[in-house]
Amino acid sequence: MTTLTAAVSEKKSQKKVEIHRQVRAFNGLAHVALVFWALVTAGPLIWVLLASFKTNTEIFLGEPFSLPASFSLETYVSAWDQAHIGRYFLNSVFVVAVSTAGTMLFGSMAAYVLARYTFPGNRVLYFLFVSGLAFPTFMALAPLFHILKNLGLLNSYLGLILVYIAYSLPFTVFFLAAFFRTLPHEIDEAATVDGASHTRKFFQIMMPMAKSGLVSITIFNIVGQWNQYLLPLVIMQGQGADQKWVLTQGIANISTQAGYHAEWSTLFAALTLSILPMIVVYAIFQRQIQAGLTAGAVK
Amino acid sequence: MRHGKYPFIIGFLAVPVALYATFVVAAYIQTFQLSVASWSGFGPIKYVGFDNFVKLWNDDLFWKSLRHNGYLLLLLPIVTIALGLLFAFLLNVGGGSKGGMTRGVWGSKVYRVIFFFPQLMALAIVAVIFGRVFASDKSGMINGLLPDSWAPWLFLADERWALTCILVVLVWQAVGFYVVLFSAGMGSIEHEIYEAAALDGATRVTLFFRITLPLLWGTIQTAWVYLGIAAFDAFALINIMTVDRGGPDGATSVLAMMIYRNTFEYSQVGYASALGVVLFFLTLTFAALTLRVTRRDAV
Repeated sequence: MTTLTAAVSEKKSQKKVEIHRQVRAFNGLAHVALVFWALVTAGPLIWVLLASFKTNTEIFLGEPFSLPASFSLETYVSAWDQAHIGRYFLNSVFVVAVSTAGTMLFGSMAAYVLARYTFPGNRVLYFLFVSGLAFPTFMALAPLFHILKNLGLLNSYLGLILVYIAYSLPFTVFFLAAFFRTLPHEIDEAATVDGASHTRKFFQIMMPMAKSGLVSITIFNIVGQWNQYLLPLVIMQGQGADQKWVLTQGIANISTQAGYHAEWSTLFAALTLSILPMIVVYAIFQRQIQAGLTAGAVK
Repeated sequence: MRHGKYPFIIGFLAVPVALYATFVVAAYIQTFQLSVASWSGFGPIKYVGFDNFVKLWNDDLFWKSLRHNGYLLLLLPIVTIALGLLFAFLLNVGGGSKGGMTRGVWGSKVYRVIFFFPQLMALAIVAVIFGRVFASDKSGMINGLLPDSWAPWLFLADERWALTCILVVLVWQAVGFYVVLFSAGMGSIEHEIYEAAALDGATRVTLFFRITLPLLWGTIQTAWVYLGIAAFDAFALINIMTVDRGGPDGATSVLAMMIYRNTFEYSQVGYASALGVVLFFLTLTFAALTLRVTRRDAV
């Protein structure tokens, strides 16, 4: 009996050692794989940063990760002055600020009404909004272009902003309607009994209660609209459009220009300037940003 | 109490519905209308029945583009989800057991922050960076890293590899997002399940295939839909990165690129709309198939 227990315990401890060894080996391999992917992710960005300080000759040396011979901000000055990266950046900030604010206001209004009021046509409208999720934007490029042309909104910030809002509504309405539905009805009723109007109820009671959902979807929309390339490409064309380009368009254009004039370091400086602010914002808000962007998928 | 309900509903819905109807719904409806027309974008619209679709059927570039979309639709989700699951698993379950608790590997937070960052970058900016990373001379990051004695790889200039380069960039950008998404899913799996299995002598590999994978199935399906939609796009990458925008020799042409060029460069609005309609039905089929699978899972 005792020998049996001893045998079992010995076997157990052997197994433990075995598991321990296995875990160690596994951990080592895990780190190799993870470090590898971290390098793959960060490598191109570090390379861009290094190349932004190099001369054209250095860039063609074939030593992508060597340090530049000298650090000067000359390329950055030229990216700012001649390539107008600063202007594109501010254009993007302006457009995204206004359009995200508009998306959140109109999106939450529509979502709230569709989620909490019954009226004829409610389901139809809700379905109409949500069905927009399934359609790719570029399917309707030509009609969109001509609608804007007929309204005189081509090559204008107003046109771009209105289109951003319209195309952000499906996901915003879908997400927020689901969110508003989960809010308790008791508070709603109490407010009605106290004589609050529908509008007041929305702004003073429902919006604060939906704060976490609103924050997530705001971040989602900011990132989505900041990164838009196709819509500005379609809308911001015509005379003097290059003054109004957003960052993505500007960078793409600088890239083409750099190809003609072989000014690669200016391109790398422009790229660095457009990525750096994102890294700063990300460093500060990375938790919220990760939560906001994955919110739609986790639901 | 009902007093004022309808004016409120109409007041809240008016602007969002008007915006959505003007820029989204109208545009999609007109796509269908124009798909049976011949129109250059100016002058009268001539209805030609199904001529556009007949032309499309006989267009080699269309079939080529469709194959390219299919290639991305198949490989982008598979590769991204596989890498996402692998890294998420290494991050969460990779660590040893201390006091009976399975921990994530050391530094898992840092890894997650780095992996996620590309998701924040605009696809257009990513395209410009990788256009240089894949440069076919010594100025490219990869060719710069290769030994001098090797002949430079052509990457985007090589018909056989150009589309794979696009796939690599899409994967590079997407993996981090799914690492975070799957990590969240794995975090909600009870630790006891892993410990019980580990006590029974299950290896890490068994843990992954027998426990993690089945319990994450719902999240994986969501990921599949997201990545599928991304695979239908890829416009920014193709437009900015590739030789002749869709080349060399149509080797990276996708439906989105064809729609854009037919609309804005060849003045074939009717033909572009017919392509849009095809894209619509493809997306619908994809969504319907995925929804069916998801519904079965929900039971």
